[in-house]
Amino acid sequence: MQLQVNGKTRQVQREDELLLWVLRDELGLTGTHYGCGIGICGSCTVLVDGQVTRSCLTPVASVAGKAVTTLEGLAKTGRGGAVTLHPVQQAFVENPLQCGWCLPGHVMSAVALLNANPAPTPEQIDDSAGINLCRCGGYNNVRKAVARAAELKRGGL
Amino acid sequence: MTSNSGESRTDKYFGQALKRKEDPRFITGAGNYTDDIVLPGMLHAAMVRSPYPHAKINGINKDSVLGMPGVEAVLTGQDIVDAGIGSIPVGWLLPELKTPAHPAIALTEANHVGDIVAVIVAETRALAEDAAAMLEVDYEPLPSVAFAGAAIAEGAPVVHDDVPGNVAFNWEIGDATAVQEQFNVAHKTVKLKLKNQRLIPNAIEPRASLAQFTPASGEYLLYTTSQNPHIHRLILAAFVMNIPEHKLRVISPDVGGGFGSKIFQYQEEVIMLLAARLMGRPVKWTARRSEAFVSDMQGRDHETETEMAVDKDGKMLAFRVNTLANLGAYQTLFAPAVPTYLYGTLCNGVYKLPAVHVKVQGVMTNTVPVDAYRGAGRPEATYAVERTVDAMAHAIGEDPAEFRRKNFIQPEDFPYQTPVALVYDSGNYEPALDMALNMMKYQELRAEQERMKGSNKILGVSVISYVEACGLAPSALVGQLGAQAGQWESSLVRVYPTGKVELFTGSHSHGQGHETAFPQIAADELQIPIEDIDLVHGDTGRMPYGWGTYGSRSAAVGGSALKVALQKITAKARKIAAHLLEASEEDVEHEGGVFRIKGAPDKSKTFFDVALMAHLAHSLPDGMEPGLEATAFYDPKNFVYPFGTHIAVVEIDTDTGKVDLRNYGCVDDCGPLINPLIVEGQVHGGIAQGAGQALWEEGAYDEEGNLLAASYMEYTMPRSDDLPMFQIDHTVTPSPHNPLGVKGIGESGTIAGSSAVANAVLDALWVECGIEHMDMPYTAEKVWKAIRASRAGMGQAADD
Amino acid sequence: MYPANFDYQKAASVDDAIKAMSDNPELKIIAGGHSLLPAMKLRLAQPPALLDIFNLEELKGIKEDGDFYVVGAMVTHADVMRSKIPLFPEVAGWVGDPMVRNRGTIGGSLAHADPSADYPAAALATGAEFVIRGMGGERTVGADEMFLGMFESAVEAGELLTHIRIPKGISSSVYEKYRHPASHYAIVGVAMARHADGQIRAAYTGAAEKAARLPKLEERLNAGQDAGTGLVEGADMLGDRFASAEFRAHLVDVLSDRAAKRLG
Repeated sequence: MQLQVNGKTRQVQREDELLLWVLRDELGLTGTHYGCGIGICGSCTVLVDGQVTRSCLTPVASVAGKAVTTLEGLAKTGRGGAVTLHPVQQAFVENPLQCGWCLPGHVMSAVALLNANPAPTPEQIDDSAGINLCRCGGYNNVRKAVARAAELKRGGL
Repeated sequence: MTSNSGESRTDKYFGQALKRKEDPRFITGAGNYTDDIVLPGMLHAAMVRSPYPHAKINGINKDSVLGMPGVEAVLTGQDIVDAGIGSIPVGWLLPELKTPAHPAIALTEANHVGDIVAVIVAETRALAEDAAAMLEVDYEPLPSVAFAGAAIAEGAPVVHDDVPGNVAFNWEIGDATAVQEQFNVAHKTVKLKLKNQRLIPNAIEPRASLAQFTPASGEYLLYTTSQNPHIHRLILAAFVMNIPEHKLRVISPDVGGGFGSKIFQYQEEVIMLLAARLMGRPVKWTARRSEAFVSDMQGRDHETETEMAVDKDGKMLAFRVNTLANLGAYQTLFAPAVPTYLYGTLCNGVYKLPAVHVKVQGVMTNTVPVDAYRGAGRPEATYAVERTVDAMAHAIGEDPAEFRRKNFIQPEDFPYQTPVALVYDSGNYEPALDMALNMMKYQELRAEQERMKGSNKILGVSVISYVEACGLAPSALVGQLGAQAGQWESSLVRVYPTGKVELFTGSHSHGQGHETAFPQIAADELQIPIEDIDLVHGDTGRMPYGWGTYGSRSAAVGGSALKVALQKITAKARKIAAHLLEASEEDVEHEGGVFRIKGAPDKSKTFFDVALMAHLAHSLPDGMEPGLEATAFYDPKNFVYPFGTHIAVVEIDTDTGKVDLRNYGCVDDCGPLINPLIVEGQVHGGIAQGAGQALWEEGAYDEEGNLLAASYMEYTMPRSDDLPMFQIDHTVTPSPHNPLGVKGIGESGTIAGSSAVANAVLDALWVECGIEHMDMPYTAEKVWKAIRASRAGMGQAADD
Repeated sequence: MYPANFDYQKAASVDDAIKAMSDNPELKIIAGGHSLLPAMKLRLAQPPALLDIFNLEELKGIKEDGDFYVVGAMVTHADVMRSKIPLFPEVAGWVGDPMVRNRGTIGGSLAHADPSADYPAAALATGAEFVIRGMGGERTVGADEMFLGMFESAVEAGELLTHIRIPKGISSSVYEKYRHPASHYAIVGVAMARHADGQIRAAYTGAAEKAARLPKLEERLNAGQDAGTGLVEGADMLGDRFASAEFRAHLVDVLSDRAAKRLG
């Protein structure tokens, strides 16, 4: 079957597999992480047609024909290989988490949140961030990063 | 030619909140973690784990799965014996310590739920896990025991026959007689019974290992999730696998959090090396979360009695501690040290205590082994001390903050010899206390608490002051205490002809931002742009020897090693510069990014000029070797002693017992901050884990040793919306004995955090209901029942 | 973590799904997948085949039919939140988290009859009706007959819940929840609705084997009294490490009181 991932059409062999393992094992997109496998920790978060989705609970066949976006699909690479980070990525560099494992969840959740709601309240940020466990305890920075990303996006970045 | 050629620089990197060098790769999904690595022809392993806390293994029917498609092998304990593989050793020995054998795969007996009894090797991970679920193992369940108190009772099930009575060690520190003498003359004494519950570290990246064996050279390559790859290599080579140490390369790439749980030598790493050799193909294993719950070493689990005595002026006289430490089913790397030298020595706290005595019994049980988890012994010590200090303040009717203040060790007392072995080299506790009180508006909080009294929302405020010992550690000292390892650290600085610099350290970063902080140190010493410097770590094939990252040692020990190596570089560079400038070395100064002759600022050489000449060697001082590279091995003279005051504010809904952590503030002293952004992250994370212990987390077992909290549906991890924004500040008292003056900050939040939040909850319950103590975690029902009991006039609530 | 191997198909229509279930009794219907897939991964459930009904148009959308809103079983929690049906939007806001709300469906949740789920209390309080289709045709079941026990609803093997009919005319409604600290499911949830006739209906979830009405509470509130205590006296409550039966019964009282005050 075919899958739309980060704007490209990719051929997938294993149709009876979960999206997470297709991304990691078959497509080599290891920026999406396994953390619990039962949809709680959020490390496997991707966007499917713009909506936050736990790839560890998503049969790959159920997303055929939909647009899947992973952490690798956010930054733009321009001429000469110059990388332009998405505002959410930029905000998380300014307000870093630590070990990087839960980042896909926090970043993808924030991207979806800000697409739907350009000016979230602190409660709305918490509601969105609350789906992702960060054992390094970087939640203060998640709040700051999401608020900062909203600011960057409003600034037209 | 290079970015630094001729340019001078005067700003300092040390102390700046620089963005982290590691984030561009993490943020774009380009991190490289162990499970991301794929080797050609790789097989996959799945563990078959005991579902019983204690069971005899009567037989394993390999044929039950060997016919399944893709299944290549089933390994059992017999394969470990046949390969001559040794027991996984304990890294810290106490006098008369009893250490039961710890085989990589259980041979005759499984000793905890999760103990490995067989291993499936298959073409894919899914096939391996399918077969693991199908393998027929004939278990004979044996009597088992989970709690330390129960395990030492008469007639308790015996975990290991060679540890009779389940007691692995008896240990004490301090002078019991001196303590008793103080109690004899005391004006007031208090006594508490405390439980410091079992915690599960829960790094979100599951442990993983990938091994490869090259028969032609006899070389092994092991990728693994490790905080200290050299320790893994040493143990695997010398003690377990009998591999020449130089033929085993251990690489710990990006690691998704450790918190202690990735220090230890685990069974799976041994198994992967053996499997790779037997199969002739690389073999990978990555834990499922359900495996992590029953196989990552766990933390805490103390049952403790404390007693404190004061005189009529409220001055502390003595402190007595008696602890049962649950070690679990095996002793792993640091297990015996955590509840002894990392605990008992800290039971003095920040106070002038004439006498302290700590007694600890280490007990084996049929539970997952307990070893270092963030803070390792020091959160338990802080809890024992600070809970008792609050109880005493209540008993004598003093404000908890003022009672602490008047018992502090004073600035002029340093270096301060405590009655429990440590010499605190520096400290100034009162400014941190005052800053914290002001920052949190302590007096206003007390007034608010008074106003809320009697309503269905009550307020609790804590003030706790802590000191910890970290920066592990002076090698000779820890050697005397039983460590089977050195605790120095190394660093290699390699300058290339172009003036670019690579730093190598034996420390390891699994979230701590070494790749940024270490270059900050180097950029200042070399006076070159930080962009020209990178840090290499986590690969025994590239770094000099080192002991890794734990015990908040990276900056104090690894950073100091780096500083010493850098000084060797600048010393040699100065000689070369003097030679090129035709001046005497004494007349050359290293200022503004250049070497120049004092008084003749137009005559100068850049770092690049020097680096190039060091490699061209066309003109070097007589007898000087070419090249610009230096290695340093730095052994600290003492521990470092960070300290501070933390204040937590909780609000309790008395109708439901639900506790909300409303506010949290802290003033820590970790010496000079290398990168405040990184320090802040470490403090945030430490507090989150500390608050987690106080309010939610519990690695609960039933009395047989079945883990009841074995998934994120039952083990409550702190989430974003559970925690307030933390207020953070610092005082700066440099460590007097290391070249950077830095201490450590990786564990402070956890060491102080659980006690701060616990004391805040109990402050509310004391003020409202006169409840003196309850055990963590303060779950709603427990709190509600205590309040109900006290309001019903039933007096002091039992802890249920 | 990998679940045991499974075959995955998308259903072409409701009737197709019903036929497939009749042909293969081991087949499991999957909607959002947030209950079934975790169970499969823990190998608590190992269905050999999954049939996905998430995208069936006939199960989407919210329509009006006389005195009822008719909600398709595959309407997501997120869509429920944005709808104008009574009570359910507030309840949906308490379900899981944004991710679950994007994928999880009202029909999947109600048919699953998880004793800790939020919707059953809302269904009981609003007096919702359930349209269930099987090989033998279609039938309608009232809320009071829907929840039979732990993970046991009136939807029988081979049947599919297709629509939920929710009465109009509810003038006000509230949901109070005390959530499980780890899983965020309901330890206790209390739903309350004032109907067109002015009468209040109330129900609780999370605390017992199945969601149920609170007759004592309804009686008191409809008589103009306070909620009071002892609302579930004598009922069999669930108890675990996080909340004993006694604590759950107490929480029913506390949340009922709070709900009644908010309902006004």
